Amino acid sequence: MHHHLILRVVAKLLLPFILLYALYVQWHGDYGPGGGFQAGVIFAVGFVLYALVYGVDELTRILPRPVLITGMIAGVILYAGTGLVGLFQGLTFLDYNGLAADSRHGQEWGILLVELGVGITVASSMTAIFVAFATREPDIDDEDW
Amino acid sequence: MPQFIAQHLPILQVIVPLIAAPFCALISVRNGAWWLAFVTSLVTFAISVLLFAATFDGEIISYHLGGWAPPIGIEYRVDMLNAFVLTIVSGTGVLTLLYARASVAHEVDAKQHGLFYTAFVLCLTGLLGVTITGDAFNVFVFLEISSLATYAIVASGAKTDRRALTAAYNYLIMGTIGATFFVIGLGLLYMITGTLNMADLAQRLLEHGDSRTLRMGYAFILVGLGLKLAMFPLHQWLPNAYTYAPSAVSAFLSATATKVAIYVLLRFLFSVFGFSIPFEADILFLVVLPLALAGSLIGAYIATYQDNLKRLLAYSSISQIGAMLIGVSMLSASGLMAAIIHLFNHAVTKASLYMVAGAYAKEAGTVSIRELRGVGRDMPFTTAAFVVGGMSLIGIPLTVGFISKWYLVEAALMRGWWPVVIVIVVSSLIALIYVGKFIEAAYMHPAPQGIIRREAPLTMLIPMWIFAGLSLFFGINSSLTSEAAARAAQGLVAASSLIWQ
Repeated sequence: MHHHLILRVVAKLLLPFILLYALYVQWHGDYGPGGGFQAGVIFAVGFVLYALVYGVDELTRILPRPVLITGMIAGVILYAGTGLVGLFQGLTFLDYNGLAADSRHGQEWGILLVELGVGITVASSMTAIFVAFATREPDIDDEDW
Repeated sequence: MPQFIAQHLPILQVIVPLIAAPFCALISVRNGAWWLAFVTSLVTFAISVLLFAATFDGEIISYHLGGWAPPIGIEYRVDMLNAFVLTIVSGTGVLTLLYARASVAHEVDAKQHGLFYTAFVLCLTGLLGVTITGDAFNVFVFLEISSLATYAIVASGAKTDRRALTAAYNYLIMGTIGATFFVIGLGLLYMITGTLNMADLAQRLLEHGDSRTLRMGYAFILVGLGLKLAMFPLHQWLPNAYTYAPSAVSAFLSATATKVAIYVLLRFLFSVFGFSIPFEADILFLVVLPLALAGSLIGAYIATYQDNLKRLLAYSSISQIGAMLIGVSMLSASGLMAAIIHLFNHAVTKASLYMVAGAYAKEAGTVSIRELRGVGRDMPFTTAAFVVGGMSLIGIPLTVGFISKWYLVEAALMRGWWPVVIVIVVSSLIALIYVGKFIEAAYMHPAPQGIIRREAPLTMLIPMWIFAGLSLFFGINSSLTSEAAARAAQGLVAASSLIWQ
């Protein structure tokens, strides 16, 4: 692990910016192009880059499988939970009007939370798919073909 | 609280399994995922039954998501037809999950059970969502949820046979092409109408009249759904997927996935397109009817050559789907009713038959007909269930298969389509051959030497016999199913702009 010094340094330098950019796309989704799906993919890209340069084992040390699965589930639950709040307020499912004092802010909060849920799920799913492929042990050794 | 639930029934139908599904992956207690999935399916079934009861008198329930009224917002719309299909899907879900506990423990790795049941419940969610929604794009989204989950649960059969992986991959490619065609069709409709709500679409398409874009949209949607429902030349994914999937999955999918696709086809043909231009009815008569006739004969014919019991049943499914499409393409209220009642009848029959195959896979370790010789003596209850299901496939009186065939033949006679009647009868006769082939092997031949086979456990026998019992019960007293099917058909008829005899 002592070669590719430039790659490793540059990757480490880029990482915070990739994650920050992902967050920008996430929160900017209300006003312009962007949103949870795109942000989630960009966020996952940061981790994929890390795994490519430092190895998948390093990545699974930071993000073990249970964490990724919990992330996937947490996002879905956040989305559905936001929808359920409306249900329990006597409105219909996914009705955000009751989330804040006035309906305009309610809608804003609703879409923000829902998109956050999407972002979390997409980021953990993308990372999990990458890890699943990268750590897969072939059933047959290359020499046995 | 009861009023709260009654008010939100349509959405609870979908979000209860949707929220429960991810938790199945989290539970690490032994059989915990199964318990959660099973309880969830019970709840969804209860909701479906309540919806069925609420719509039986012709009432239509409309639920507006997010408080946005249609056509802007997504609308869930329950009438007799989808309440009927919802009940089939969720009821099958309960029984196959009951069956799955023993079967899946045998066929899927223990450490994958959490994810398996997650995908299973997600598949249930998708199928229920497709059925309940009144929004055309929402249909696509739920179709994808159910399909993606289906690919995963089909692939989980890889522990017993690695070919499950290629089968699932094939299904993925074909299913994705189908979904793409469907969404292209929706795009074209959106282009000419600017709306995605089904009722609104129907209204605007009627005002729109004829155009090439509309014809393209119709063709794309027809082919896309044709792939999903395994219409005859587009059925290539089905035999392998059903053969190599875990048996509980085969039972669940054969009773629900293609049935829901047929429901979507009916919904689009009658409620959205409504045959406002002659082109739509012409295509049905010139393309779909010949393919359906060919499918019902060729599917049955190929089935007679199969040695693998699950593959035999899969080809028989293709033949039966052909029969349903014959009913649809008659474009008459009686033909539609025959198709809808066959939807239910074939679902209970095929589910019980796949459960029998799964019981053989577990207890005898094989589904090859040659190796299952003499199994009737070792597994009497399981094999008897096959006899009941097999008789229903052939269409022998006192089984549901007879009821379907009766209505189908009657509808064909009303249109004076003698050749169609002959095809229906011939495909039943071929069914006699492939069902008879297995029954002969199971009862008439001595068992191979040195094989120990025991009767399947009760958790497998009970759901199997509930389905077999249903196919006898509704074969003897079909008043509930035929009444529901007739009302559903009338609802579709009223929505379309065809002039009826």
